[in-house]
Amino acid sequence: MAKYLAKRIFYLILTLFIVITVTFFLMKLLPGTPLTNQAKLSKSQIALIYQQYGLDKPVWQQYLLYLAGAVKGNFGTSFQFSDQPVSYLLSSRIGPSLQIGLQAMILGVILGIIIGALGAMRQNTWVDTTTTVVSIIGISIPSFVLAVLLQYYLGLKLGWFPIAEWGGFIYTVLPTLALGATPLAESARFVRTEMVDVLSSDYIELAKAKGLSRMGVIYHHALRNSLIPLITIVGPLAVNIMTGSMVVENIFSIPGIGEQFVKSVLTNDYPTIMGLTIIYSFMLCVVLLITDILYGIVDPRIRITGKAN
Amino acid sequence: MADTVKLPEDSFKPITADDRAALDSEKIAAPSLTFTQDAWRRLKKNRGAWISLIILGIIFIMAFGSIFFSPHNPNAVNPSYANLPSKIPGVNINGFNGTLVQAGERVDAYKQAGASSLHYIMGTDYLGRDLFSRVLYGTRISLIIALVATLFDLTIGVTYGLFSGWKGGRVDTIMQRIIEIILSIPNLVVIVLLILILKPGMTSIIIAIALTSWVNMARLVRAQTMEIKEQEYVLAARTLGESSLKIAFKHLLPNLSSVIIINTMFTIPSAIFFEATLSYIGIGISSPQASLGTLLNDGQKNFQFLPYQMWWPALILCIIMLAFNLLGDGLRDAFDPRTKE
Repeated sequence: MAKYLAKRIFYLILTLFIVITVTFFLMKLLPGTPLTNQAKLSKSQIALIYQQYGLDKPVWQQYLLYLAGAVKGNFGTSFQFSDQPVSYLLSSRIGPSLQIGLQAMILGVILGIIIGALGAMRQNTWVDTTTTVVSIIGISIPSFVLAVLLQYYLGLKLGWFPIAEWGGFIYTVLPTLALGATPLAESARFVRTEMVDVLSSDYIELAKAKGLSRMGVIYHHALRNSLIPLITIVGPLAVNIMTGSMVVENIFSIPGIGEQFVKSVLTNDYPTIMGLTIIYSFMLCVVLLITDILYGIVDPRIRITGKAN
Repeated sequence: MADTVKLPEDSFKPITADDRAALDSEKIAAPSLTFTQDAWRRLKKNRGAWISLIILGIIFIMAFGSIFFSPHNPNAVNPSYANLPSKIPGVNINGFNGTLVQAGERVDAYKQAGASSLHYIMGTDYLGRDLFSRVLYGTRISLIIALVATLFDLTIGVTYGLFSGWKGGRVDTIMQRIIEIILSIPNLVVIVLLILILKPGMTSIIIAIALTSWVNMARLVRAQTMEIKEQEYVLAARTLGESSLKIAFKHLLPNLSSVIIINTMFTIPSAIFFEATLSYIGIGISSPQASLGTLLNDGQKNFQFLPYQMWWPALILCIIMLAFNLLGDGLRDAFDPRTKE
């Protein structure tokens, strides 16, 4: 296990290194300059500004400096806001994004499990049909359409929730719902398929033959075994939430990193874009690592094959 | 000396049509179906998938037919007819009869604009452009982007997966590491970075989506290839000295086709979704070109007062996504008999 973990962490670092390198050189290829009023500036002024941000050095030196900084969590200075270090900008904005993302994930997966299990238990009845319809609609409606509809109907028309901005828990409800729809639908579909499979296996027959109650069979045998593979889709779901958050945060004007990413893209704020790319990759890598380890712990068969390799 | 058996001439006689019919009547078997015929039969039984296929067909014909015939020019600006709500002739339901709530009162917007004789099925946008024509146009652009991106996805993804799975060993390990690295950056981030470098526009969106979406296809194809290459018929082909390329095309690809087709059905909606997201953020298709994403973005600005401007493109987008998802599910069931019955 320790050896496996060390290997995985090594790959994580390697991945991040490659991500940093690739984004750095991609950013160097970008057209345009970070200067807003280039025509109004004299040559010496431009040189001075470049010097201040370290842009006058050769590219390889900039790269090494950036790499050295990134290891310490220093991603340079934002072009968009004067004298604002990227790391400070992002660390003050990551909280709301994490909160909404985690809430959406937890809400979506838990509701998804319940809906999926209900569908599998009452296979081929109206309950099953309803749950299938709910999950397929949840997958088909883009989160930003859902966000606008929720904002308008639940926020403006009914006035149950604030329509935008960032405050207490009540402000997180609508964005969480908008982002949670896809995880809900995906996990409901997944759990249903898994559970239909599990319910037709021999050990369920045995459990029933032993005289276990229906709920006992479902809870102790069927549900537990169908949930294990669910861990594998947590990674893709995390990607989905990160992607969705960029638009949803904009719609609800939440001061999170998704909103910042879009803003930075529209203003050519390269250091912030790079910092965000690295942070997104880092978060995703960690999620993938945790799910892989969890899967190994929960499912002994994986552990054995892992050792054999 | 081998014995030669002399058979009399009359022990053989040519079979006649009657004889053949008599023989056939003894047979108790359904007509034998090829794999494709069988899958097609099962797909037709699946109501959701079948309806989706028809709806997608209609949407395709309408979207691409609008090149030749469009109710109005999608780019013709007509400020005096701006923001007219949806009006369908013969339908008198609020929301579809050209009336609008203004200052708490329902008024006929078409009369106000002096266009009582006209009717725009989906209404007009803030510049007076016919929304129906624009939705058709936008759907076409969205579909083109999705289809071309998927084509790349098919070629790059399938080749990569086949190669990786077929070679195995160290090559496979390295190729899988590369995929893992790509997978550890959220897709949209990569797409955004690529679009920034390539300058926003339709081509760069296609390239960006194509370059990021093949990964899933490659993984699926690789897993399947590794399974198939252990089969006896592949071994036989190798023993007979068939070249790797020929085995790939004649033995592997036909057996991979179901995986590839099913995955394509899920790649297309996700490409449409990415395109819509990019255009919605503002780095996608730029005006006067339109896609479903830009139409949504335009419509959302006026959603409070003119909700129809967002409802129509949103509806079409959701229908397309839904249809592709249902069709994908149906195809999966059709190609994999184990999941059915």
